[in-house]
Amino acid sequence: MSVTTTTTTKLRQPRPALPEWTMPAVIWVVLLSAPLWLSLVGGYTALASHVVVMALVAMALNFLLGFTGVMSFGHAAYFGLGAYGTGLTLRYLSDSTWFAMLNGILLGGIAGTLLGTLICRRRGVYFAMVTIAFGQIFYYIAYRWDSFTGGYDGLRGFSRQPLGIGPWTIDIQGNGTLFYYFVLAVFAVCVALMAFLLRSPFGRTLIAIRENQRRAQFLGIAVDKHIWLSFSISCFFASTAGALYALLNNFADPTALNYTISGVIVIMVVMGGMRNFWGPLVGAAIYVVLQDYISSMTQNWMSFIGLLFVMVVMFFPSGILGMLKRRATT
Amino acid sequence: MLQLVLFNVTNGLIIGSFYVLMALGVAMILNLSNVINFAHGNFLALGGYFAFIMIPYTGFWIALIVAPLLVALLGYIIEQLMVRRVYSRDPVYSLLLTFGLSFIIQDLCRYFWGPNGLPLTVPDSLSQALSSDLFFITGYRVFMMTIVVVSVVGLFSFLRYTRMGIRIRAGTLDLDTVAALGINVRLLRTFNFAVGIYLAGLAGVLAGGQIGLNPNMGDDLLLPAFIAIIVGGVGSLTGTLLGGLLIGVASALTTVVYPSAQDAVIYVIMALVLLIRPRGLMGEEGMFT
Repeated sequence: MSVTTTTTTKLRQPRPALPEWTMPAVIWVVLLSAPLWLSLVGGYTALASHVVVMALVAMALNFLLGFTGVMSFGHAAYFGLGAYGTGLTLRYLSDSTWFAMLNGILLGGIAGTLLGTLICRRRGVYFAMVTIAFGQIFYYIAYRWDSFTGGYDGLRGFSRQPLGIGPWTIDIQGNGTLFYYFVLAVFAVCVALMAFLLRSPFGRTLIAIRENQRRAQFLGIAVDKHIWLSFSISCFFASTAGALYALLNNFADPTALNYTISGVIVIMVVMGGMRNFWGPLVGAAIYVVLQDYISSMTQNWMSFIGLLFVMVVMFFPSGILGMLKRRATT
Repeated sequence: MLQLVLFNVTNGLIIGSFYVLMALGVAMILNLSNVINFAHGNFLALGGYFAFIMIPYTGFWIALIVAPLLVALLGYIIEQLMVRRVYSRDPVYSLLLTFGLSFIIQDLCRYFWGPNGLPLTVPDSLSQALSSDLFFITGYRVFMMTIVVVSVVGLFSFLRYTRMGIRIRAGTLDLDTVAALGINVRLLRTFNFAVGIYLAGLAGVLAGGQIGLNPNMGDDLLLPAFIAIIVGGVGSLTGTLLGGLLIGVASALTTVVYPSAQDAVIYVIMALVLLIRPRGLMGEEGMFT
């Protein structure tokens, strides 16, 4: 009797579980210290800013895909609108970076909110299909209206301006590291907002919809309205990322609006781990670094990226964080 | 003016018939297997390129028959190796998989045949205009329309009158019941996928003769195909057919009035349909939502 109990306790000896804050703590330490060690491993600050920007849009999508269970394949549109809104304001209207960002965020967010009323009439694969199709509208507008948007060549002729905060100005224009911290600060605010929303009763309702839409409906939850709200919120965060993207490159190009980028955003989410809050950040980091590396090595980078898509789907469907989590629990 | 309108209606029907061939293939795969095939446009391009390789050796006619079959064979292999494995998973995976395939095929086309356009030679007997008044109606265009009509009629009668076709239609309504009746659903889906890809390959050969070949030639047809499906009504192939022709003609007629809106008009149509009749023109209430 006693023998069997000792063996079972030996077998079941649980791995000491890491406290829940380990993951965010590690992530923030890495992100905050990135400019210090990045050059040692062959990176550069603009690459880090790029990772954070893409992580933000991927997390915005994950709000919808991972936590509401609705698949948008058109988030590039709202990302790109954020970029164009910011770029156009800086170019034609004003030299205030704040005002430009605000315009970009509003442009993408409001467009998403309005189109969302139509898009949310469909579910499942068809939801994805409608998001793709509507997303392409803005691509064609940016592409055709070249006197205003720069057309195929993209919108140039603007640059991010030093930030004014009260009596101080922060020179994000000339100093890449300061700009990186600015991006990180915006990222932190957005991530905190998303985490707050997901922990609120509203966020719990979204997760209930993800788990079982029909049951949620029987419980009296207004499913359509919640999906629409989640879609709109997600679009606002995506366009925030877009605004940062325009500031990062001092350039907005129509390919940022194309559905190809939507696919890239989805693969970041899936590669890192859907349903995991930090998954998209990991996915975005891997994707951006890999793409930067491969496209400097070969002209046929598209094949490699395509292969990456196929491999992720076939062999790592739960994503990196999903796999780590499963390994930790079993 | 009449001639101008006629000219554009003809153009609209031609482009619409490409949308139809493309959309019917996408819709068949979507209806039965719930997979949005992003690589459909790239299979179309492959059809054109296969014909391009074959024409110097076999001539146009044999290429027209064999090239789409080769593309269908390739589709069959890809389905067996990859797509089949994601049917039972969340639709996001099938989307990503076909998305990745689309990248790979497009890049391979660029690698083998170059980024620039290539002409696909059409027999002389087809390339003359039929009359000088209606210069825009060339023999090739008539021929193309005939092929499209024949294949659409063929597809619909296959789905209506053959055992396999009836099973496919039953499967789009309720796959579980079809499986419970002892029908090999796996085989059904594979066959259905190959038929869809065949249509893409055929459209590729025809389109190559009209507009030439380039690695992204299918991409411009993919989005209109999606819109044709949404407008026509998900789950209804007749709807898809009408939807494709409708947006083709609508965008061509817009060209007469306001050329820069020719892309936009099809999105306006889609928005209107979703606003007024979310299930699409021929879609059934409550199904596939």
